[in-house]
Amino acid sequence: MPKSTCPPLNQVSERNLSLAEALQNTLDEDQLTQCMRCGFCLPACPTYRETGFEDASPRGRIALMKAVYDGEINPGKDFINQINLCLGCRGCEPACPAGVSYGRLLEQSRSAIYQHKPANRIGKSFQQILLRQFFLHQNRLKKAGSLLGFYQRSVLKILVDCTRLNHILPKQIRDLESILPVVEPVSDLQTVPPAKPVGRVGLFRGCIMDVLFARTNQHTIQLLNAAGYEVIIPDDQTCCGALHAHTGDRNQSVRLAKQNIEAFAGIDVVCSNAGGCGAMLVEYAELLKDEPEWHQKALSFEKKIRDISELLYDQIERLSFRTPVHQRVTYQDSCHLINGMKVTTPRRLLKKVENTTFVELTEANRCCGSAGIYNILQPEMANRLLKEKMGHVKNTRADVLITSNPGCLLQMKLGVNRAGLAGSMEVMHLVDFLAENIQNKQSGMIGTGQ
Amino acid sequence: MSASKIIHELEQIVGKKYCRTDQEARLTHSYDATPLFQAWPHVVVYPQTTEQVQALMKVAHREKIPVISRGSGTNLGASAVPVQGGIVMVFTRMNKILEIDEKNLTVTVQPGVITRQLHDAVEAHSLFYPPDLGSMAISTIGGNIAQGAGGLRGLKYGTTTDYVLGLEAVLANGDIIRTGGKLTKNVSGYDVTRFLVGSEGTLAIITEATLKLLPKPAFQQTMAVYFSGLDAAAEAVSAIISARIIPCTLEFMDQGTMKVVEEYAGIGLPVDQKAMLILEQDGPKELVEKDLAQMEQICQNLNATKIEIAKTGKDRIKILEARRTTLSALARATATTILEDATVPRASIPAMIRKITEISERYNVRICTFGHAGDGNLHPTCMTDSRNQDELARVEKAFAEIFNAALELGGTITGEHGVGLAKAPYMKQQWGIAGIHLLNRIKEAFDPHHLLNPGKIFYQSEEEKTCQNRPAHP
Repeated sequence: MPKSTCPPLNQVSERNLSLAEALQNTLDEDQLTQCMRCGFCLPACPTYRETGFEDASPRGRIALMKAVYDGEINPGKDFINQINLCLGCRGCEPACPAGVSYGRLLEQSRSAIYQHKPANRIGKSFQQILLRQFFLHQNRLKKAGSLLGFYQRSVLKILVDCTRLNHILPKQIRDLESILPVVEPVSDLQTVPPAKPVGRVGLFRGCIMDVLFARTNQHTIQLLNAAGYEVIIPDDQTCCGALHAHTGDRNQSVRLAKQNIEAFAGIDVVCSNAGGCGAMLVEYAELLKDEPEWHQKALSFEKKIRDISELLYDQIERLSFRTPVHQRVTYQDSCHLINGMKVTTPRRLLKKVENTTFVELTEANRCCGSAGIYNILQPEMANRLLKEKMGHVKNTRADVLITSNPGCLLQMKLGVNRAGLAGSMEVMHLVDFLAENIQNKQSGMIGTGQ
Repeated sequence: MSASKIIHELEQIVGKKYCRTDQEARLTHSYDATPLFQAWPHVVVYPQTTEQVQALMKVAHREKIPVISRGSGTNLGASAVPVQGGIVMVFTRMNKILEIDEKNLTVTVQPGVITRQLHDAVEAHSLFYPPDLGSMAISTIGGNIAQGAGGLRGLKYGTTTDYVLGLEAVLANGDIIRTGGKLTKNVSGYDVTRFLVGSEGTLAIITEATLKLLPKPAFQQTMAVYFSGLDAAAEAVSAIISARIIPCTLEFMDQGTMKVVEEYAGIGLPVDQKAMLILEQDGPKELVEKDLAQMEQICQNLNATKIEIAKTGKDRIKILEARRTTLSALARATATTILEDATVPRASIPAMIRKITEISERYNVRICTFGHAGDGNLHPTCMTDSRNQDELARVEKAFAEIFNAALELGGTITGEHGVGLAKAPYMKQQWGIAGIHLLNRIKEAFDPHHLLNPGKIFYQSEEEKTCQNRPAHP
């Protein structure tokens, strides 16, 4: 049984620490110094491109962090706003010649801001309710019975409750409500062990995936089985902690990381099917760098993490995909899959699907504005990015828009709805698309869907 | 007039949102891409039209406030560092391509257009804008013109200056001038266009540019050649050009650079070799193939140890990979990377490289050299750490000697980065007193009150020479 119990809200002992001191304690000096201010990150940054403001760019944000670190400026509201405006898409990292780990500096800054003052009132209510009650408790709640009831009563109620705190949010919430998937009661995940397994894989179910996209998890198992993998689903696993880390709740992420490392001990390969989760799982060593024993464990844990697309592509000769009617297919990158995990296999897999035409989406590797719960916390910027994205999506004239992360998927659905494309374009997770179009190659197994 | 009234006036011109005095805006405009230089401006403005630039400049002129124009801030000579404070004028909002004229083969742009976007836009019309600097993914055309930017294709196609046909600019008193036009021939009066190219924002503020375009070359082919000695590599460069071949790219990497690149990228470079050349030719297919074959023969005659000719597009990318990853490889190796651009006549490259090696050994600093062998533009790049004051002092002395060596060989202290603050102390050495006086009088004619990017090009005081790690709080 899952052991996840929700700890009391983070009682911050260092409440008296000034934000400057908190940042000086947290920020990594070597990373700050490594930035040579060449500016190559600027074109890769969505918020820089939208605003044209240097302080809304990675180079600018690092300069701000460094100025705080050096005691040159005192961070105030504007500093916090600028750190919050960042999507955390990490599009700047592949563009950086000096290899600065911007994502780490960002999370260190957010962690310091969180320690100093756990988010603003609205953000606090929303983040704490959502992150703690929802992402930590999904197992317990699910086991307790009615998932559908949970979904309706809890998720939407939480969302709606939050909206009373703020006038900006209601539209966002209504939009979200319209795109959240219809939750079907799903029995426990089923796995069919192949006769001669090519390997043994532990499935990382993820919390959002587990509740809202249980079908995608089931499809993941079916695909892995079809590719010849034996699939294990350790019970003790929990949320990856990404959203906690992104919003600055580092302590909570550390706790979750340890639980996951333990849960997957004894398994050599861990399969993730959400870019956001996968990128977090490969950052555990950084998260646990201050605890030598855990750091070592985290390093070996990181090496086990593979995205579903990589595992399938490894066994591509055993798999065959074909759509029943000809389809145009396009792909929106998950920022964390491509920039965090550095995985590029989804396109290669999609190009193997017969009876389809793969169309490249212009600027597919640019963030869609979902960025965890960014679209709820920073609706204005998120909507600007989504609008631009939808222009490019429309130009693909695709029948199916595919992505590989739940946040991106919901955001793309929202965009497709708003752009009036809902009737002509389907938005799907890579796994669902593949599972629905897999051909019997090996053993005549696998059905489509549930 | 009080500071707050002036700020209010500036706000009236560009709008409150685009006139910023918050510490975040000021701090993030206190630097450019040059290591070790930093100084805060008082205010940052983002104009959208030439008229706004003019109105802003009139206020600055009346109040005698410095104005520093800035694109993306990728400058490597600290040209965009507001060393005397004042107004930083950012051109990110003036970023429209106004016209691609397919009859005159010109393009007219606002200064904030990104170089890469210009390339993409004209190439979609089968046209070609050759200057392809290392920072083109983010550098702006305005910045390219102000700095006289070069790039990899300098040997065959020249640099930015060869493509600027006409400019619109705002003078220090707020007047608007237009120079040149869509003209190949034009000898009326002084060539003011050429005055402004490379003037680093010290003479006028460029608000529009008309640039020359060429037809896009139909075909290109690339080869990599390795040599066991520096002289053989240099001889190959001279022999190729003596054979009347002008390749569009002729890049050089020394052994130190190859080693760092190989460590980083692991692309299988033979690191026991002393030098590597990357050669590329473009044009009609048959001519390109003929040139490649001839260059191969020349390199073979000079005992090249290995020659790789790209057979496919993939091969080409692989060869260019070595050059493309150079900056990344060097930048990752240490915390601070100082990239210089001392340039010598092509034939003096081996002498210059030997001199650089000798100097770096004598001062015990790590310098790798790569660059544009075809046009003599080398990039001796120092890998250091800005926190190591002792080493920085040695680095500074080493570079002073390197500039000196370049001048002795008939070269220049800067081939393509510009003077800015970083190289101002070496200007007198290159120009002599008479030359400096002339430059000064030109500056006075354009900007008698020294409002436009003050402190750049002309060496003024020890304090302004470097503001190393000492940001000036106004």
